[in-house]
Amino acid sequence: MAFIDYYKILEIDKSATVDDIKKAYRKMARKYHPDLNPNDNVAVAKFKEINEANEVLSNPENRKKYDKYGKDWKHADELDKQKEQQQYNRSQQSNYGNASENDYSDFFESMFGGGASRGNRSQVKYKGQDLNAELKLNIRDVYTTHKHTIIINGKNVRFTIPAGLKNEQVLRIIGHGGEGMNGGPNGDLLIKFIIENNTKFKLDNDNLHVTIDLDLYKAMLGGTVNVDTFDGNVTLKVKPETQNGTKVKLKGKGFPVYKKEGTFGDLLITYNIILPTNLTEKERALFTELSKLRAI
Amino acid sequence: MSTKNFIPLNELCSHYQVEMSFFSELHDNGLIEVITIKKTLYIHQDKITDVEKIVRLHNELEINLAGIDAIFQLLQKLNEKENELIQLKNKLHFYQH
Repeated sequence: MAFIDYYKILEIDKSATVDDIKKAYRKMARKYHPDLNPNDNVAVAKFKEINEANEVLSNPENRKKYDKYGKDWKHADELDKQKEQQQYNRSQQSNYGNASENDYSDFFESMFGGGASRGNRSQVKYKGQDLNAELKLNIRDVYTTHKHTIIINGKNVRFTIPAGLKNEQVLRIIGHGGEGMNGGPNGDLLIKFIIENNTKFKLDNDNLHVTIDLDLYKAMLGGTVNVDTFDGNVTLKVKPETQNGTKVKLKGKGFPVYKKEGTFGDLLITYNIILPTNLTEKERALFTELSKLRAI
Repeated sequence: MSTKNFIPLNELCSHYQVEMSFFSELHDNGLIEVITIKKTLYIHQDKITDVEKIVRLHNELEINLAGIDAIFQLLQKLNEKENELIQLKNKLHFYQH
């Protein structure tokens, strides 16, 4: 078990008074409290350290033991007893041999281990750690509200994915994180959604954008064009003399608005006019004629 | 009015070991909404997460209710800014591809 410098954690020196410790603890707890640092696991870990440091240093007896024995402070009583015994053995010129202080400490570590139980030392209720997960979905998966089940630590967690969920958005599933300590509540499960879009639609907030090709003749003379939307096909009228890059808005045919059931953004269609290639002789002649008409 | 989805305040008092006056103060400060159904005070179950947070901030950090109110508003702003950041990142993604 690595040595934890509780003084360093609370940013105080060894001569700090009880009041100094209290003050330092309050200041740091306010800085790193999990409720004030949502979705920040570093702050949660730091807050636990601060609490541990405070519990040890704010208790004069524990602090004395910690100052004397450092990481082994929890075994201070046993260590004292063993030291007394050792001194007695030395004085009796025991044949068992003398263990060095280092060996002695190793002996204790082997007896109690670095991760010895904390027993009833901590009475503070800690909320369990928030767990982070990432879930990849296709853009079509978030077009409608639906239930989704994932397995976390062998348990099925079923939750609702609301329509309109955005890329990198995080959903908090309350109580499905790490177990609370000392009767504290369970942490939460934070799921970050990575929304993959392999469709021809581009998403901008709640609006969908799509570019559709239009042949020259339809652009010049007008007509109709079929457009795919997320919820089916629509037929659009194309005005005569439509210019390249013209945008058309289909209201309410875009992406669902997050947590506003039944509300949708718009679908913005950009026309990309395709000019004919590989002209036949006849076509070339007709275009030449047209160009002459324009020149007049 | 049905008490479904509502939790009686006296149950919360014993659960969180706080006085009823604590909830009255929360209500007076606009931090929670307390409703009366057949002479019993209730809070909506959706607000329990907020109540737990308030109790923790009050007990563990000794923050008074005005401070908690300010914190809640700042956390809400932080949340809005985070969402705005996500939106802007997604918008940037839209123009980059």
